[in-house]
Amino acid sequence: MKIVLKQRSILPGFGLSLGFGVFYLCLIVLIPLSAAFLKTSTLTWHQFWHVVLSPRALASYRLSFGASLIGASINLVFGVLVAWVLVRYDFPGKRLFDSVVDLPFALPTAVAGIALTTIYAPNGWLGRPLAAIGIHAAYTALGVTIALTFIGLPFVVRTVQPVLEDLDKELEEAAACLGAGRWQTFSRVLLPTIFPAALTGFAMAFARAIGEYGSVIFIAGNMPMRTEITPLLIITKLQEYDYTGATAIAVAMLVVSFVLLLPINILQRWSSSRRAQEAPRDTPLGGTLKPAYSQRGRQ
Amino acid sequence: MAASLQTQIRGTLAPRSGAAARAISEPTVVRWLLIGIALVFLGTFLFLPLAIVFATAFQKGVGFYLQVFRDPDTLAAIRLTLLAAGIAVPLNVVFGIAAAWVIGKFDFVGKSLLITLIDLPFSVSPVVAGLIYVLLFGLQGLLGPWLIAHGIRIIFAVPGIVLATIFVTFPFVARELLPMIQSQGNEEEEAALTLGASGWQTFFRVTLPNVKWALIYGVILCNARAMGEFGAVSVVSGHIRGLTDTVPLHIEILYNDYQFVAAFAVASLLALLALMTLLVKSVVEWKAGQQFAAQSASDTESNS
Repeated sequence: MKIVLKQRSILPGFGLSLGFGVFYLCLIVLIPLSAAFLKTSTLTWHQFWHVVLSPRALASYRLSFGASLIGASINLVFGVLVAWVLVRYDFPGKRLFDSVVDLPFALPTAVAGIALTTIYAPNGWLGRPLAAIGIHAAYTALGVTIALTFIGLPFVVRTVQPVLEDLDKELEEAAACLGAGRWQTFSRVLLPTIFPAALTGFAMAFARAIGEYGSVIFIAGNMPMRTEITPLLIITKLQEYDYTGATAIAVAMLVVSFVLLLPINILQRWSSSRRAQEAPRDTPLGGTLKPAYSQRGRQ
Repeated sequence: MAASLQTQIRGTLAPRSGAAARAISEPTVVRWLLIGIALVFLGTFLFLPLAIVFATAFQKGVGFYLQVFRDPDTLAAIRLTLLAAGIAVPLNVVFGIAAAWVIGKFDFVGKSLLITLIDLPFSVSPVVAGLIYVLLFGLQGLLGPWLIAHGIRIIFAVPGIVLATIFVTFPFVARELLPMIQSQGNEEEEAALTLGASGWQTFFRVTLPNVKWALIYGVILCNARAMGEFGAVSVVSGHIRGLTDTVPLHIEILYNDYQFVAAFAVASLLALLALMTLLVKSVVEWKAGQQFAAQSASDTESNS
């Protein structure tokens, strides 16, 4: 920390960068966001709760939260599996699969939306076989879940992957020497290590899914009370020129996403502090070498 | 470097026998089963959507595909998207560099608050992002009456689309640059300044070359999101064909008009953009890895 204090006096541009950064942040993000809260303050509490707790709004929360939770849970299980396979095993096309994991970040949501709808529509590539066994994916809550699983897919993979890469094989060797089976080693040694990172990814995927709009509306069917997600309800109210109603629900959503930020930040800190602790503790050999390396990097 | 040394030592001390290797890996059957499940999962969720975009786009042949791009509404949508991204991306690059410089190189009170605020647009639903601009600049908005009096249109016009695009792509460049700028440390900049370089010289000749790969990836990601944004832009656009329709909104209109092949033809353009983004990411990661290896190697030399 002493170094940082010393450097502060030498490097230029602090005032300029901070000034511009904060100005731009206020202009684009903070002032418009506070406009939303100002607008709600013109509502009375009674009006606010009337909108936010209306049956149609409650039905949309149930769908949005439920489908997001299921989607994030699917991604938790399969994300850890995919990260494990990508880090530990070799197979043809591994690099291709690794880079395609980020596709949901890069593919515009509208494109994902129409593609998923076409696949799961009753006459689609997967929709037809599913319909044959009586499962209707498109235009149902299942379709919403599929879309939300798609957009949250990279989060768990990308949070767990670096932790698995850093993991020293000695931990597993020690477990094996002490007589643990492979499954025991995984559930008792590996799983606790990757758990904070996996949970971080889960929370991020969940938070992203709640606000998602573009990829869901095509596949959802958008029936009020049944397949209408919360962001769509906001748009519907806007199109009916019900600005106060739209704002009330938007503020409720904003509060939920800000509240979600807190556990995500705590999880992230937990996960990175776990990683920092694990490293030097692995083996006596690693313990003597690694601090020397990290100090050298800091010189 | 330390890692290679470590493996060397470890190699001489305890050569791993076949039995030891087997003790810390899974039986072949389990291994292939896990690989199989992972690939089927990625295949259905990632490759299938990509495949259907291109398969449907070319369903009526290349001639029809090309004809879609001669439609004046499609061309207008492409122009508007290029304009919005052309304004939003450079502004966010300047902000991203300024923010990463201030957070990465200095220690000051309120730093973690600033990081949280920069991340804020990530956690706001795109629909809500569009709505906040409607509440500020719309007819019934806070500044609405003043804007009407002065004949300025922001909502349901191009400025609103640009603003919404800036909002949703706000954190990308800063987020990609920050870890890179932080990990570089301040030594090289200090050396440059001590040798008499000016602040801008130091930035352009020392800092920028060190973080250029992260910057390129940040710009590409920011651009992909700017061109593909749907929810936020949909709220502020007003959907006037040929005037306030961006490419993603145009896809929605075509799709809802049951012009599926045309919708997918336009969508294939954005899918190509996404594939290019992933390609650049792979290249950037590879280059950054090379740079890191080279730095570690020179560190070893200077230390030994």
